[in-house]
Amino acid sequence: MLKLIKSLKRRTPLGWLQLSHEKTRLLVALAGIAFSDILIFMQLGFQTALYASNTRLQSHLDADIVLLSPNARNLVNLSTFPRSRLYQAMDVPGVETADPMYVQFSDWKNPQTRQKTSILVIGFNPDRPAFELPELQEYADEMKLPNTVTFDRNARGAYDEAIAAIDRGETVKTELENHTLTIAGLYEMGASFAADGTLMTSDRNFLRLFPRRRPGGVSLGILHVEPGRDPEAVAQALDAYLPKDVDVLTKEGFIEFEKHYWATNTAIGFVFTLGTIMGFIVGIVIVYQVLSTDVRDRLPEYATFKAMGYRNRYLLGIVFEEAVILAFIGFFPGVGVSLGLYALTRNATNLPLYMTLFRAIQVLTITLIMCGISGAIATRKLQAADPADIFG
Amino acid sequence: MAAITIEHLDHYFGHGALHKQVLFDINLEIETGEIVIMTGPSGSGKTTLLTLIGALRSVQSGSLCVLGRELCGAKEKQLVAARRHNGYIFQAHNLHRSLTAAQNVQMGLELHSQIPRREMEERAARILERVGLSDRADYYPENLSGGQKQRVAIARALVSHPAIVLADEPTAALDSHSGREVVNLLHELAKEEGCTILLVTHDNRILDVADRIVSMEDGRLTAQNGRAVEKNRTNSINTVLQST
Ligand SMILES: Nc1ncnc2c1ncn2[C@@H]1O[C@H](COP(=O)(O)OP(=O)(O)OP(=O)(O)O)[C@@H](O)[C@H]1O
Ligand SMILES: [Mg+2]
Repeated sequence: MLKLIKSLKRRTPLGWLQLSHEKTRLLVALAGIAFSDILIFMQLGFQTALYASNTRLQSHLDADIVLLSPNARNLVNLSTFPRSRLYQAMDVPGVETADPMYVQFSDWKNPQTRQKTSILVIGFNPDRPAFELPELQEYADEMKLPNTVTFDRNARGAYDEAIAAIDRGETVKTELENHTLTIAGLYEMGASFAADGTLMTSDRNFLRLFPRRRPGGVSLGILHVEPGRDPEAVAQALDAYLPKDVDVLTKEGFIEFEKHYWATNTAIGFVFTLGTIMGFIVGIVIVYQVLSTDVRDRLPEYATFKAMGYRNRYLLGIVFEEAVILAFIGFFPGVGVSLGLYALTRNATNLPLYMTLFRAIQVLTITLIMCGISGAIATRKLQAADPADIFG
Repeated sequence: MAAITIEHLDHYFGHGALHKQVLFDINLEIETGEIVIMTGPSGSGKTTLLTLIGALRSVQSGSLCVLGRELCGAKEKQLVAARRHNGYIFQAHNLHRSLTAAQNVQMGLELHSQIPRREMEERAARILERVGLSDRADYYPENLSGGQKQRVAIARALVSHPAIVLADEPTAALDSHSGREVVNLLHELAKEEGCTILLVTHDNRILDVADRIVSMEDGRLTAQNGRAVEKNRTNSINTVLQST
């Protein structure tokens, strides 16, 4: 290692000298890399933002750990598991509370248009708030009244007039499963891929609305750990202790679970991955063009080096040095412009687009790989550097 | 000891119908410190012989011994190692465009890993001074004249004190004045270092620097008139002394 640094110190930085001597070529390469980095940043940004906006319900969940059926696929297909698992969970050291949550995908009549629309209904014990939504807690008592629910202000669909009416304090009624419902209040959550909107009510109301659902068949277990306990460790203990008919996830794990479903079962992941790959390929092509032109241009010079006794390895080193330099200096304008575009998009769409250190490192790594591949292909042209050719 | 010993060397180019012999039974011995000029018509095989001696091509048959090392049957790695003992001067200067004169010269030293950076810079500066280009050390080749470029190329070839210098028509691209200057310089520097020189040229005006002239015709060495040149040599030293 020391030897390497020593030899780097006495080495003429040919890659850099060659690049900086050909200003136009350098600019083309930088613009190409920056462009491809921006593409990749936007794709990754949109993807993350979309997933984040589609797991708002999970993110707002007031839980450290959740229990769910091994058959659960996503939020609207949770299946059920025996409620007794919740009591058993209380035996595990570190578990403070374990409450049931009931989830059912159903149709209701849009209070405004009177049209049938799908809606996700969630039931829980109103005295133990299941979501970190302050507005929701204000309606704890109302949700205990028969057939009284709260509704998502940010639900997708034609609800603006109904929402305005509720805000004015009017009683808004509608129908679900042959029951007449009263909407007592509103909270703010937002639609997701799975559900355009959610209704929340007490567990009792829920069971009354859906008589086929048994209190013993729970959709989701909401667990809190004692203060100072590591949810990860408690989750592991639970997993070991509970029978196999129930899965244990931390809150983060639950969010990931949902993202994973949408990433693997829809075209969303595919579309954005494709976009990222496109950016990657555009980058490879541009950097390859620049590097191979450079190699072709310098064949006589490289052949001269070979004649002087430089090894092929040395020439490979020059090309890869150029590739790495391009990756680094092309990356920074890429991040700069992406930061600006993120801000623009945030203001225009409400999508939570943010630059994270992780993503910056991720894209820098992608850029290095991109330039490395281009460099590797460009080095094939080096074989044409024949030292026997330079004597005229 | 002879620096270069060639025995029964043949060389062929091409395959199948294009298979063609270009060197026929070459025998040549060059002593250490000798300056040999090779002449001959175009296409006679001079460059081919030079590239073989310089380990830039693989020797196919016969024997070619350079500095005691047999090049016939040598592996690529041994060829690369052999190249490091030689200094090359080409018809085209072949300087690196993106390097200054000084950096170009340093590239002749960077190969030798035992030389530290500082010493590389000092030696490059010294030899550039020697070829009269101290004030052009930081110039890029595009800003140098043909003769200046060729002088940088000589500095690059000689800075590592090579045992053998191989030059292929080093004056062909130069006017007669700078051609003369370049050859004198080469001659002087080589004599100081005691290195062996093999120089290919068509230029009759520079034959006087040679200890011996050999000529090539249709792939065969025809004349090795050492004596004829011996007389000229005194003249040549005079010319060199006058010109510096
Ligand atoms: N790479 C090659 N492939 C096939 N034939 C070659 C190759 N290089 C040279 N030749 C042929 O070999 C013969 C000798 O060429 P060479 O370049 O050695 O001649 P030369 O004496 O240096 O000529 P000149 O004075 O014009 O430079 C020529 O007939 C040439 O056409
Ligand atoms: Mg020739």
